[in-house]
Amino acid sequence: MVPIAYYLVLSGILFSIGVAAFLIKRNIITVFMSIELMLNAVNLTFVAFSRYWSQAQYRLNPTNYLQVNGQIFVFFVMVVAAAEAAVGLAIIIAIFRARNTLNVDQIDLMKL
Amino acid sequence: MTDLHLWLIPLVPLAGFLVNGLLGRKFPRALVTTVALIAALVPFIQVVSIAAKFGSLTLPHVETIGTWIRAGAFHADFSFQLDQLTLVMLCVVTGVGFIIHIYSAGYMAEEEGYWRFFAYMNLFLFFMLTLVLAENFLVMFIGWEGVGLASYLLIGFYYTKDSAARAGKKAFVVNRIGDFGFLLAMFLLIAHFGTVSFSEVFTQIAAHPAWQGGFLTAIALFLVLGATGKSAQIPLYVWLPDAMEGPTPVSALIHAATMVTAGVYMIARTHVIFDRSPYALAVVAIIGTATAFFAATIGIAQTDIKRVLAYSTISQLGYMFLACGVAAYTAGIFHLVTHAFFKALLFLAAGSVIHALSGEQDMRVMGGLRKKIPVTFWTMTAAVFAISGAPPLAGFVSKDEILYQAFITPGPGKILWAFGLLTAGLTSFYMFRLWYMTFFGESRAVEKDLEEHGAAVHARRDTKLTLEAEHHAHPVHESPGLMIWPLIILAILSVIGGWMGWPEGLGGGNWFAHWLSPVFAASSSTSPAGSNQLEFLLACVSTLVAAAGWFAAHLMYYKDPAIPERAAGKIRSVYSLVKNKYWVDEIYGAVVVAPVFFIARYLLNVLIDRGVIDGGTYAAGATAQGFGALVARIQSGNIRSYAGWLALFAALLLAASHFGWTAHFWVH
Repeated sequence: MVPIAYYLVLSGILFSIGVAAFLIKRNIITVFMSIELMLNAVNLTFVAFSRYWSQAQYRLNPTNYLQVNGQIFVFFVMVVAAAEAAVGLAIIIAIFRARNTLNVDQIDLMKL
Repeated sequence: MTDLHLWLIPLVPLAGFLVNGLLGRKFPRALVTTVALIAALVPFIQVVSIAAKFGSLTLPHVETIGTWIRAGAFHADFSFQLDQLTLVMLCVVTGVGFIIHIYSAGYMAEEEGYWRFFAYMNLFLFFMLTLVLAENFLVMFIGWEGVGLASYLLIGFYYTKDSAARAGKKAFVVNRIGDFGFLLAMFLLIAHFGTVSFSEVFTQIAAHPAWQGGFLTAIALFLVLGATGKSAQIPLYVWLPDAMEGPTPVSALIHAATMVTAGVYMIARTHVIFDRSPYALAVVAIIGTATAFFAATIGIAQTDIKRVLAYSTISQLGYMFLACGVAAYTAGIFHLVTHAFFKALLFLAAGSVIHALSGEQDMRVMGGLRKKIPVTFWTMTAAVFAISGAPPLAGFVSKDEILYQAFITPGPGKILWAFGLLTAGLTSFYMFRLWYMTFFGESRAVEKDLEEHGAAVHARRDTKLTLEAEHHAHPVHESPGLMIWPLIILAILSVIGGWMGWPEGLGGGNWFAHWLSPVFAASSSTSPAGSNQLEFLLACVSTLVAAAGWFAAHLMYYKDPAIPERAAGKIRSVYSLVKNKYWVDEIYGAVVVAPVFFIARYLLNVLIDRGVIDGGTYAAGATAQGFGALVARIQSGNIRSYAGWLALFAALLLAASHFGWTAHFWVH
């Protein structure tokens, strides 16, 4: 069995890549993709912990039900991410039409 | 127990006030007059009907409408009380009040704000009747404060005139000092007796013969402070002369006949407390005597006809205090009644004189009015003789009763009597001075009016309201019937009003004192015995003194009008001291008012208000603004910088939790 730490480290690496890409990249599509990457890193953590927790409970007492809370959460995150992708891409298209650029540094309208 | 509906007595004037006060602006004058006069007449009729069946009542007759305050064992009710003392006051307030209302209808006929005037007059009656009828200190305090309010409103009736507005404020502020004393007395009463009801307090005192002085002295002295404010005694008398800025009927009703006697009434009402405190009584007697003498000396040198009467009022109130101070409460109340008659008459007659002279108040420009306004002259003559103590008029009877009671008081009674006698002479002198200057000799109106006073009269015409001075110029004329008849009624009362208390020493029965004695039953046993011969002798002495005062005035202001000038020239410093009212206003201004202003202006305004409060809030605002400007720079609009901040602090939080710095967030 693969130890839980492996999953977590992988998740951490993916999340860090996402954060770094979010901070570094200027193209709004790439930034958007890095957000998806972070969400999926979190999803990976959720399922890893869910599995780990279920096994621990089972070992304690075989009659315990399977613990799937973490996996259910992953579905929620996926649904939200899909909705976000739909809305976000629509916004990106609207911005591109209005400003003719996808560079986030040039879309700094929300400041004092 | 028969229900007399005592609550109706004050409530009818209140209804009059509400009707005239809320709707009067739109009413024609006749309607305003009708409402106001009915509102003043109904209580009078009710009082008369109560007086008619007074003998069949069990006294004191108490009627409670409902509970006002209930807190634990303490409770204060809306309750009214009727006994002999109350009835006397009710008769004076409603009777004289109604007469003055009639007079006002004539006197104020051409004034702006006619409805306002009558609304305030009715309001005054409401509060005064509440004060008189109250069965406990708290209800009395409503009336006590309320008459102060009505007084303030009516003194400042010509509110566009600066001096009137300031006089109103002065009266109110000075009265507040006295009210403060009343409040403290009430707190002490609640603390010691747990009640504010007159009867309960007096019962408790009667049940503890050992209580002497001590906290009773404290309560009594605070009550005296209240009384000195309302009744214009030393040291709080300064507002009354300035109160003459109000219309003359107001001076007659509030500042002569009724409101200013509230202090005397209050002391008489609470005499049970005073009887247990010789110190408080001595203070009352000394204040009264000093005020009587002091104010009389000031009255000698005043030239404004109403101011002479104002100082005379203060002086006569001093007599009443003197009577209370020697525990001769019936004598004090008796003088209160007769004084209400003749002093109201004096003011109303003075108002008639002022009316005849188109608003002139300076006696130096009067003179020779005897033939021109005969009814005013004769009624005023009755009042002058009454206040001077000419037998058998009202003032003679009541004043001599006070002097007699002072004389037979052991200890310093003789000194009090001597000063009272001296004051009687002075009273006679300044009243006849007023009489001669106003009605006798040649008219001095023409030459002087143009010189100095005319300017003041004309200057006042610029103000928006019609002032008393602004009656359209007309030749000297007698006042209309509405003003004359009240004068005549009051003149009759001034002549015969004293007969109800004709002293035993002069062959009378002193019916008034006997009738009132149940109220003061507790203190009557302590009054020392005099003799009829002594009383007769003292009456002769004071009559002679009054005659001497008349003679001096006759000499100085009728025979040879040059004497006052020469006499004043000889004793220049004394004359100017008296003429300037002993500079008491200036001394108060320097000692009390100026420091208060200084504290208010520099300590409270500049330092506390603008420095600490304004400064503090401004500093807080500036700090928030500066900090906001600093952190606002974080909001750059650059999404990646936001993400950077987020990542940075998330990382910091992680690091912190790794080292256990966030452990206290966990709830165990």
